[in-house]
Amino acid sequence: MSIILDHVNYVYGGDTALAVHALKDINLVIPDGQFIGLIGHTGSGKSTLVQHLNGLIKPTGGSIYFNGEDIHADDYDKKKLRSKVGLVFQYPEHQLFEIDVFSDVCFGPRNLGLSRQETELRAYAALKQVGLEDEYFYQSPFDLSGGQKRRVAIAGVLAMKPDILVLDEPTAGLDPKGRDEILDQIAKLKEETGITVILVSHSMEDVAKYVERIIVMNQGAVMYDDVPREVFKHYRELEEVGLAAPQVTYIMQALHKNGMPVQTDVTTIAEAKDEILRVLDGQMRVTEQMQDLGAM
Amino acid sequence: MGIIKADKLVFEYIRRDEEGNVEGITRAVDEVDLDVQQGDFIAVLGHNGSGKSTLAKHINAILYPTEGTVWVDGMDTKDEKDLWNIRQEAGMVFQNPDNQIIGQVVEEDVGFGPENMGIPTEEIWARVEESLKAVGMYKYRKFSPNKLSGGQKQRVSIAGVIAMHPKCIILDEPTAMLDPNGRKEVVRAVRALNDVEGITVLLITHYMEEIIHADKVFVMDKGRIAMQGTPREIFSRVEHLKHLRLDVPQVTLLAHELKKSGVGLPDGILTVEELTQELMRLYHV
Amino acid sequence: MLRDITLGQYYQTESVIHKLDPRVKLIATICFIISLFVVKSWIGYAVAAVFLAVVIRLSHVPFKYMVKGMRAIVFIMLITVVFNLFLTPGEVLVTVWKIKITREGLQQAVTMAVRLSFLIVGSSVMTLTTTPNSLTDAMEKLMKPLKVFKVPVHEVAMMMSIALRFIPILLEETDKIMKAQIARGADFESGNLIKKAKAMVPLLVPLFISAFRRANDLAMAMEARCYRGGEHRTKMKPLKYAARDRMAYGVLAAYFAVCIVIRIYL
Repeated sequence: MSIILDHVNYVYGGDTALAVHALKDINLVIPDGQFIGLIGHTGSGKSTLVQHLNGLIKPTGGSIYFNGEDIHADDYDKKKLRSKVGLVFQYPEHQLFEIDVFSDVCFGPRNLGLSRQETELRAYAALKQVGLEDEYFYQSPFDLSGGQKRRVAIAGVLAMKPDILVLDEPTAGLDPKGRDEILDQIAKLKEETGITVILVSHSMEDVAKYVERIIVMNQGAVMYDDVPREVFKHYRELEEVGLAAPQVTYIMQALHKNGMPVQTDVTTIAEAKDEILRVLDGQMRVTEQMQDLGAM
Repeated sequence: MGIIKADKLVFEYIRRDEEGNVEGITRAVDEVDLDVQQGDFIAVLGHNGSGKSTLAKHINAILYPTEGTVWVDGMDTKDEKDLWNIRQEAGMVFQNPDNQIIGQVVEEDVGFGPENMGIPTEEIWARVEESLKAVGMYKYRKFSPNKLSGGQKQRVSIAGVIAMHPKCIILDEPTAMLDPNGRKEVVRAVRALNDVEGITVLLITHYMEEIIHADKVFVMDKGRIAMQGTPREIFSRVEHLKHLRLDVPQVTLLAHELKKSGVGLPDGILTVEELTQELMRLYHV
Repeated sequence: MLRDITLGQYYQTESVIHKLDPRVKLIATICFIISLFVVKSWIGYAVAAVFLAVVIRLSHVPFKYMVKGMRAIVFIMLITVVFNLFLTPGEVLVTVWKIKITREGLQQAVTMAVRLSFLIVGSSVMTLTTTPNSLTDAMEKLMKPLKVFKVPVHEVAMMMSIALRFIPILLEETDKIMKAQIARGADFESGNLIKKAKAMVPLLVPLFISAFRRANDLAMAMEARCYRGGEHRTKMKPLKYAARDRMAYGVLAAYFAVCIVIRIYL
């Protein structure tokens, strides 16, 4: 169950001078069960890239393989692919249309031609997975709060039982608490089901806490592809392309520069705290020892 | 009296079900008092649904108070004869960059407000030029708004308001739909307006980084003002902010966590430089 | 395909044509379209072609932009051509199986193709060189006499200008919603007509909701910027005829006269 992108290129605007090279020679392997952050600023090609993963956009060069099969082969079942690679667009609540929440979530599985019972079971399970209470199931989706709408929209894709869940900026427009709640829910979902998750974002800070691998996109090409702590080491280069490492990276770098012997490759506040405490405690012990020596 | 003043402002709306029967009454703004002085940079924080946008719409006379009064430059917003003066003096920028640009060309959009006010043609041109320069968008004056980034569009919207020569400008989550670069651009433009042009700014947001330079911060929750003070005072109450569904910059949070573990740091650290300095001081003791 | 529609897409550059008063361009476009139906001979079309070519050249808009506008109507054009080609009775030229191609049919088909493509390119020149705003300004000004009959000229012009501004935004949105529903297994292509119509619901409902939300936002933003209809309003770009506009009217009149002469004498 993996996706392989082999020399994928995407050019639009034809062969004229206006042609835009949106993706440049992308080579990626997305194995089973990974939690990936795909980072890039607006126009870096990250949204174009994820639309390649479920065949919505056909590359103008190169190939994409899902479980070893070329997804653009003539006899390949695209509909099945789209149920296996679930793509949640930005502001997904703008795609809700049914009269109640439950029917809306049923839309995906029903399109797969499943029985009514199976459809409803899946819709129910999906709504539970995103943490929506039963009392909302038969309300109009348009009456829900922003965060709830977004959960319903994510459930709409989860109900197709994808192996890979791709979320394009799932926290855009939410307030900080709403953002944390959605991300925590996704992390929990990942934990429980072992599904592969690709989180598209322009904020390193938001994803650093959750993901095990970060792919940085810039101008249509992959700039970095590594574990978070390795990627954040390039904080200067990231800044140059309009991205920023999490604020903790800057704190640790500043401390290190000023002569405090801290490890700079921490990615979260908890790690930073432990690291600073370790150094400060060590220093205090040394001071105490020196004071002891002085007393002797 | 300050440029914007609200006295026990209450706004209620009636919720109806599909048949139009009254389901209940929601109090979106609940007894809010506000007094903003000319030239201030005010930030209003709050989670989605805390009533901050509803409050903002009262200052521009888009909504009228259910109870209490709002004055803009001494004019009661309920007074119909002052309606257009109020809208001219208190300009407003909204959240969605696409849904507030009327013109097909940047300069035409900036000219829209002055046109409505009946300003003579030559002066409109002068105002358009000066406003676009103030937000650093002058070289894009002939562009179609569709070709601009989100941050650029918002700067055009701000220019469109400045061209009306307002005394204050209210920005209702102008950065909520932007990426980090766009957010920085917009905040920089807003700060320049306040510093250079002396325009009173009321910035509504849920991003904490954007309020660091404010003179005063109001935090709203459930329609009420839950906290107010300088950014430093607000940031020193990390637990309370979290309780109000807001978050604090990582640097403030880290300082707070270290402090909880017994490190002797002061309250309300706002920048990386401050924290580094404090920690180095402790390290060298 | 929707994106290929050039109509309503302004092309930013400096040129004489861009600088012309929009009223001139509007009247010229109407005259040009009429002239296509006035002339009936090849010489007439040649004159029209020369006129159009000169205008395009002066406009500094790359020719491919004009052709882009054609793509959207290729289908309509093909139908027209095919119908005229095969269904016009007259002197038979070629017979393939049961289908006859007549001299008249061939003539008619070519004429229609020429007229249609000139018409589209001609109007594209106007929309590419005139901002929709100034175009609606021109309409507002030209239709001003209708105000006497209580026609809300300003409001109609404002509505048109806003509609034009939102066309590209809504097209992009349509594309996005469509993709999102396809990602949920929606099928917009297969099935019979009823099935296809039903498949549009997941596209249309979100699109309408979004359009209403935008309309609501925009109305509020306009009010906040002191918009209160056409009264008290001044213009940033008031329409005033300059020397070049009077010259353009002269050229236009000459062209039209030539067309009429050709019609009568050739």
